[in-house]
Amino acid sequence: MRRVVITGLGLVTPLGADVETTWANLLAGKSGAGRITRFDTTGQKCLIACEVKPADHPYGFDPNKRVDFKVQRQVDPFIVYGIDAAGQALEDAGLTDMDEALKLRTGCSIGSGIGGLPGIESESIVLHEKGAGRVSPHFVHGRLINLISGQVSIKYGLMGPNHAVVTACSTGAHSIGDAARMIRDDDADIMLAGGSESTINPLGVAGFAQARALNCSYNDRPEQASRPYDKDRDGFVMGEGAGVVVLEEYEHAKARGAKIYAEVVGYGLSGDAYHVTAPHPEGKGAELAVRMALRKAGMGPGDIDYVNAHGTSTMADTIELAAVKRVLGDDLSGASMSSTKSAIGHLLGGAGAVETIFCVLAIRDQIVPPTLNLDTPDEGCEGVDLVPKVAKKRVVRATLNNSFGFGGTNASVIVKAI
Amino acid sequence: MSDTADRVKKIVVEHLGVEADKVTEDASFIDDLGADSLDIVELVMAFEEEFGVEIPDDAAEKIATVSDAIKYIDDNKG
Repeated sequence: MRRVVITGLGLVTPLGADVETTWANLLAGKSGAGRITRFDTTGQKCLIACEVKPADHPYGFDPNKRVDFKVQRQVDPFIVYGIDAAGQALEDAGLTDMDEALKLRTGCSIGSGIGGLPGIESESIVLHEKGAGRVSPHFVHGRLINLISGQVSIKYGLMGPNHAVVTACSTGAHSIGDAARMIRDDDADIMLAGGSESTINPLGVAGFAQARALNCSYNDRPEQASRPYDKDRDGFVMGEGAGVVVLEEYEHAKARGAKIYAEVVGYGLSGDAYHVTAPHPEGKGAELAVRMALRKAGMGPGDIDYVNAHGTSTMADTIELAAVKRVLGDDLSGASMSSTKSAIGHLLGGAGAVETIFCVLAIRDQIVPPTLNLDTPDEGCEGVDLVPKVAKKRVVRATLNNSFGFGGTNASVIVKAI
Repeated sequence: MSDTADRVKKIVVEHLGVEADKVTEDASFIDDLGADSLDIVELVMAFEEEFGVEIPDDAAEKIATVSDAIKYIDDNKG
């Protein structure tokens, strides 16, 4: 069977515009949360978010580095973040100068949960105020979810599978899992895979707040608002950004002397079949996904050293934990489990990809990132190392990332040291 | 250089992200300034907004160079 390894990483997050800056800030226990600066929040219930910082910030994002000026003008920010993260991953993998034959065998599977909501909002205002003749000719293709994969393929000449997952907050994990299968099935030798999101706009924030999903009670303490597993958690904090990995067939990576970070060994998917926003109260869907990923990896409970949880800082945290306990054991068989959403917020369609990259870095550096703001663990957390507040050095051979989305869609991805 | 020409060139620079000195009057939007057909639709909309003129589709199709745009605007603005 063709094996799939990770040979390149790219990140744009509220804690940095690249992999190493984000990782260093994450391990240092920094928070990316703050008051929303992107728009006037008058009348909003939620006033906070984890924004990607502007270019003049010490770890801000400069779109001019990798994204053509004209493209920036035409597309929503989620596409800009995705193009940049994909470029970083290709550079990291040493693949910026591919020959024509390799380009035919290289594809893209970079998705988003929601897509271009800010542009849909602003152009609908143009339509109402100025009429149909003032709507931008770039409106549609600047908002479509598959246009990260489209733009990246055009920029780098990649003619392999061109795909985009749309499974809400499971998108990033599904993207990586599905792309790994495309390599395994011999559709491609290399896939750029990941997810991106940017919906910190009035309609996005209002919509999630009205769905009672966002934290609206910590507006005066933004850095403490994302507090997975804590008794006083009260909803997620919206983040934004992108994560993209280069997936590569193992023999192909070896033959070209690529730096290999880890192997994708397990992928599990399931549906809750329960409710559009609430998880199954017993976490049945989550459990199914984790079990399937373990089975595919040929692993048992004791083989996982670190779980990067979905852990959004909502009531669902303890449901996920109970499900993971049922599979891995009451003490998770010694695994540590943390939620990095405590630091970067919830990147929605980007989350699973960004968090899988954190798993890869945990394996590389033998350290696991912390769960910030975990002052008083809720009932059900006893006996589990949730890595409160401070990163922890430990042996990390294999990791599990969980991502669950609206609609009751669940994905789990296991990566392991090669 | 006329006021119209200055304002047209400014819009072209902003929309296409090209150097100002490349936006000569005989420059072709597609051949010299890297525009595609959708960029021209967008430029025409920006000219309409800036100058308060209507540029119907059949007229817009004939605007190929910077000077075509300047001439159309000067001939048709109120």
